[in-house]
Amino acid sequence: MTVPTAPPPAEAPGGGPEKIDAETRVELYRTMVLVRAFEEAMLREYHADKGPGFDIGKGLVPGEMHLAAGQEPVAAGVCAHLSTDDAVTATHRPHHFAIAHGIDLRRMTAEIFGRETGLGRGRGGHMHLFDPQTHFSCSGIIAEGYPPALGQAFAFQRRGTDRIAVAVTGEGAANQGAFHESLNLAALWKLPVVFIVEDNDWGISVPRSASTSVPSNAARAAAYDMPGERVEDNAVEAVYAAAGRAVARARAGDGPSLIEVHTLRLWGHFEGDAQGYRKDIEDVPGRDPIPTYERTLREAGLLDDDAVSQLRASAAAHVEDAVTFAKDSPAPDPAEALRYVFAGGTS
Amino acid sequence: MTATAETHRLTTAKAMVDGIAAEMERDPSVFYLGEDVGAYGGIFGSSTGLLDRFGATRVIDTPISETAFIGLAVGAAVEGMRPIVELMFVDFFGVCMDQIYNHMAKISYESGGNVRVPMVLTTAVGGGYSDGAQHSQCLWGTFAHLPGMKVVVPSNPYDAKGLMISAIRDDSPVVYMFHKGVMGLAWMAKNRRAIDEVPDEAYTVPIGKARIARPGAAVTVVTVSLSVHHTLDVAEKLAGEGIDVEVIDLRSLVPLDRDAIVTSVRKTGRLVVVDEDYLSFGLSGEVVASVTDVDPSLLRAPVARVAVPDVPIPYAHSLEYAVLPRHDRIEAAIRDVAAA
Ligand SMILES: Cc1ncc(C[n+]2csc(CCOP(=O)(O)OP(=O)(O)O)c2C)c(N)n1
Repeated sequence: MTVPTAPPPAEAPGGGPEKIDAETRVELYRTMVLVRAFEEAMLREYHADKGPGFDIGKGLVPGEMHLAAGQEPVAAGVCAHLSTDDAVTATHRPHHFAIAHGIDLRRMTAEIFGRETGLGRGRGGHMHLFDPQTHFSCSGIIAEGYPPALGQAFAFQRRGTDRIAVAVTGEGAANQGAFHESLNLAALWKLPVVFIVEDNDWGISVPRSASTSVPSNAARAAAYDMPGERVEDNAVEAVYAAAGRAVARARAGDGPSLIEVHTLRLWGHFEGDAQGYRKDIEDVPGRDPIPTYERTLREAGLLDDDAVSQLRASAAAHVEDAVTFAKDSPAPDPAEALRYVFAGGTS
Repeated sequence: MTATAETHRLTTAKAMVDGIAAEMERDPSVFYLGEDVGAYGGIFGSSTGLLDRFGATRVIDTPISETAFIGLAVGAAVEGMRPIVELMFVDFFGVCMDQIYNHMAKISYESGGNVRVPMVLTTAVGGGYSDGAQHSQCLWGTFAHLPGMKVVVPSNPYDAKGLMISAIRDDSPVVYMFHKGVMGLAWMAKNRRAIDEVPDEAYTVPIGKARIARPGAAVTVVTVSLSVHHTLDVAEKLAGEGIDVEVIDLRSLVPLDRDAIVTSVRKTGRLVVVDEDYLSFGLSGEVVASVTDVDPSLLRAPVARVAVPDVPIPYAHSLEYAVLPRHDRIEAAIRDVAAA
């Protein structure tokens, strides 16, 4: 859906809908498969040692775990337009964006396992991944990743680069003050930001209909005089096209855009969530975006059995290498618990 | 409560809900709102069953808009309703603190006592399960530092119900902070005191009165919430070695029962404070000052403070356990103070 009061995305500076070449299409698929392989491995590792019963504090990967299975098209479609010089601030559900943005899988996995070799030396954990190499960050506090993205964009703008920042929230988070303040400021200062809203219909147990006064967050962009676009059906190529327009606009110095993607949370809000509140649970597997896209690419003659199994095998190997690296890495030394509170302790 | 009252064994979470339900039954102006408090029943079981019992007009799921819905509770309270509003994790207070400390907490004073704000802000606190720096804090010292709100922190089922009823009936704003580790949740490590007999009838536990969780003569340990349980475990162990520990469960930080602290230290002459909040500028310093302000000579040994050493709560298990006040650190502190 395009909001009529904002400039239609197709006419936005930077060109109309992009044509997508075969290589890019396979690449989008490859990214989605890698993300899914990772999330499936996390699912396995997370639950492996929580018993008997389910104790959230137990095991190799303790604490809350929010997996992004089903939401791969958003990260794949957006990050295909970025280089690691661009910034991404993700949410409490960060793995798909981290991976699609090219984070080091070993160090990310090690962080999730709480190891000294992790991105944050085990201090951060799965909701707090920070990687200066890829300008990636995330936050466990809803919508609070939006404002720092403005600052990264501000720095890129001031330095005269065409680098951009991408800020991600869920549709639940779009009801938070920080979301609205950020949209206004970014539009006012024409900051090179692309705002992404992942609408997976649910904020934990609260459906969008009970949390959000408009049918689409794309409509909210109009209030801040920026293009707003909603992509339906979790369609990776449509995300890719919309993101292409928004990214081009930001790089050209024409300011921010907002893209909402109607995506799908395939599993619970967090692991251990029995989802008693959820009514759409039966038809969920039928809407898994990966087999859907795989079918499309097979029909286009871009994938066959061999290619698919090769891609899957290579994703699995990549992930298992990261998991093994994490498991083989040492836990942080308790004597060093106070290190890194202030700058200077990073050697 | 009468001696013949019926009781049931309840977890702390269920006892808390029991208190809320009793008051919702009694007083139609009481309602509960927050994120995932309806069909989900509260992420930490703080509202389980209330939706079925009282319906969606009194048990209300909100958008993720803490400033708006906590502020809404303030406004409704000003108009004479009695809202209970949940901030899912205390760590999220940053997005809505203005409504809490500039509005909820100050209106009564600014109005010269002419406006009352009879509301309860409930929130989950505490760590110990690797939830990282944004989901594991206690922060009760922060709320207690800012004037205008009572701050209660139950440690067990009986108090959880009685303090909740007192909080709802109180005409001042009350912050009710429940530690995830005392709630008796199925999916978290439980201490054995997280389930206990709780009277079916409505009863109150006075806000501002500490409880002697274990009488003793040798060392006073002043603490609150989950640390009460760790300390009781340690006290039982040390009793076998002849170190007789008195454990004081503060139950509320505001008002602080300074008399109970002084009375105990007058008896033992030795003080350990155990606090799962940050060390500096917080509860532990306040407890010590409660004694030294009255009579420093009551102390026959230096005080020990066991708290989180001013570091964000680390994620990795090895690091988190190194900074939290757990059995090993509490035991060492008590031994030191007892021997000094
Ligand atoms: C300020 C704040 N309030 C509440 C929460 C608790 N919380 C974590 S995730 C979540 C739901 C988020 O929903 P949405 O933004 O739609 O993202 P999704 O989880 O669906 O990816 C909530 C309420 C939080 N982390 N921060």
